[in-house]
Amino acid sequence: MGAEITAASSRSTSATSATARRIRIVVAKPGLDGHDRGAKIIARALRDAGMEVIYTGLHQTPEQIVETLIQEDADAVGLSILSGAHMTLVPRIIDLLKGQGVDNVLITVGGTIPQDDIAALERLGVAKVYTPGTTTQEIIDFIESAVIPRA
Amino acid sequence: MLLRQPPAGEKEWRGAYKVSPERDASFTTLSGEPVKALYTEADLADAERIGLPGAYPFTRGVYPSMYRGRLWTMRQFAGFGTAEETNERFRYLLDHGQTGLSTAFDMPSLMGHDSDSPRSLGEVGREGVAIDMLDDMETLFQGIDLGEVSVSMTINAPAAIMLAYYVVAAERSGVPADRLGGTIQADILKEYIAQKEWCFPIDPAMRLLGDMIEWCSSQMPRWHPVSISGYHIREAGSTAAQELAFTLKDGFTYVEQALERGLDVDDFAPRLSFFFNAQIDFFEEIAKYRAARRIWARELKETYGAKDPKSWLMRFHTQTAGVSLTAQQPLNNITRTAIEALAGVLGGTQSLHTNSYDEALALPTEDAVRIALRTQQIIAHETGVANTIDPLGGSYFVEALTDEIEAHAYFAKIDELGGMVQAVKQAYPQREIADASYQLQQEIDSGRRLVVGVNSYTEGDGDETPLLHIDPALEQKQIDRLRAVRARRDSGPVEASLSALKAAAAEPRLNLMPHLLDAARAHTSEGEVVQALQTVWGDYRETPVF
Repeated sequence: MGAEITAASSRSTSATSATARRIRIVVAKPGLDGHDRGAKIIARALRDAGMEVIYTGLHQTPEQIVETLIQEDADAVGLSILSGAHMTLVPRIIDLLKGQGVDNVLITVGGTIPQDDIAALERLGVAKVYTPGTTTQEIIDFIESAVIPRA
Repeated sequence: MLLRQPPAGEKEWRGAYKVSPERDASFTTLSGEPVKALYTEADLADAERIGLPGAYPFTRGVYPSMYRGRLWTMRQFAGFGTAEETNERFRYLLDHGQTGLSTAFDMPSLMGHDSDSPRSLGEVGREGVAIDMLDDMETLFQGIDLGEVSVSMTINAPAAIMLAYYVVAAERSGVPADRLGGTIQADILKEYIAQKEWCFPIDPAMRLLGDMIEWCSSQMPRWHPVSISGYHIREAGSTAAQELAFTLKDGFTYVEQALERGLDVDDFAPRLSFFFNAQIDFFEEIAKYRAARRIWARELKETYGAKDPKSWLMRFHTQTAGVSLTAQQPLNNITRTAIEALAGVLGGTQSLHTNSYDEALALPTEDAVRIALRTQQIIAHETGVANTIDPLGGSYFVEALTDEIEAHAYFAKIDELGGMVQAVKQAYPQREIADASYQLQQEIDSGRRLVVGVNSYTEGDGDETPLLHIDPALEQKQIDRLRAVRARRDSGPVEASLSALKAAAAEPRLNLMPHLLDAARAHTSEGEVVQALQTVWGDYRETPVF
């Protein structure tokens, strides 16, 4: 597995209590595009907000991402795609997760995603699709509200 | 630097300004550099540093006549689907007055994967054209005289392989390599820094580039074998000063490598070209281009001993900033692009690409591309800015910004780390860019920096923008094209060319270009060539910093 595991900030968030663990989120770059500005900004913002962030690095296959999600016991994943391949890669990741019996990972997607595709992705089970112009705080707030803290 | 005395009355003005109310704004450039309320002749560099157009140090432009002689080349970057669709788009652009071609490749082509590789699934022809082999390159330029048109190709890690396809395609259409004019990007260092499309580890990738530059310097006198690119560094989130410093340092590294190979600097330096971003901070961008020309000229002359004045010239292409486009109220992007394009022109660019207003949403439609091209034509023919050379030369503000951006400390820091290759291996520029992009995003998120339609003036985003839809069937069409060629080609020469290539790759003193040309002639695919080289060199994995 090629994921780079980064030490999370020691700050904790209001969403975590003494018993609940911090939110573990994988920020992943599926596909071949090298546009990682957004993914890195989001990874850092989530880390600064007190989450444990695992950034996969670039050019990940759906198989690699699913393996990382399972190995890291992730609560959520943020998939960043700016190559136009989202309608191929996201359904593939969702299928692989289902095939592995994983149903408790919150799936979010960010990138240049046309409006029509957003609706299609949400029907497939993506919780939220973020397009350019979203603030990091909106994303933090959503993840904190939508992830059910595990013990 | 000789600084002049402030003008008479400056003290009184200062007093009057102090008691005037000031807007609640940060008064910094997009890169975060403070901007003073007023610049005067006291901020002006001495006249020698400004100079004259076409004369050292070229602050005011590389040619004596600039746009009075010839306008910049309007060169729109295009590519999608298979070679057939892009060939149609190319002819459309030429018919609409575009004067050069610029090829966008799809992600699998940029990463060295064939269209039928599992890694390419969903990406074929999406963000550019899919080129798998010689046959695709021939289709791409069908009906276009390669001896007449100048062609730019935006590809880096597999650039030498694509150039081989291009040279062989031209040769088969009756145009020899020495008549081909154009540019291949091939700037591999900025891939590891910012664009992140790689095939091999840094050291063999540098060798492959060196082989190509060396081959071009003797075989393709009209060709620019590398376009040293700040564009992607800026898109990845750098500041203007970082874009300038990292790009120039990449350029000096290529010069040093060519010198180590025994080339004479004046044999290749005139063929090096550059590619910069045009961001939205108008004056900062203009200053960046002027500083870049001056630094390049000085270093080539003084550090690398170039004697031919052509070696001192930094000629560059400019593209407006994709990252400045907003998905909200997308028509506003036409305005942003016009201002950015004007900065490129007032900065003395040799060619220009203007982005289309819909590109924060998808690849551009034909209508959107036409408006982008028309934007350049309006600047060229209606505004009058091309009537005189370097109209901003001598502006107190522009000259002061030019000096400031030139004086940034990045050069010394990279030298301290052992040069650019070492700095990249230590992720120094990568980290600087990540920090700068995070800082800018925080400014926008907190509302300290306003972006119209995004964090201010947000009403009026109701209208649907027509988008280009890439037909998913094109992926299968390309896979079928590739498999048809594989089925009808003679496998003997394919195997032979790949074996010879691998043997040569293991021997660093050999030049790989003749072997890549043989592989192209044998209809070997890009993926086959890259995999053969990877068996010798390995591949690359980044340790990301954020």
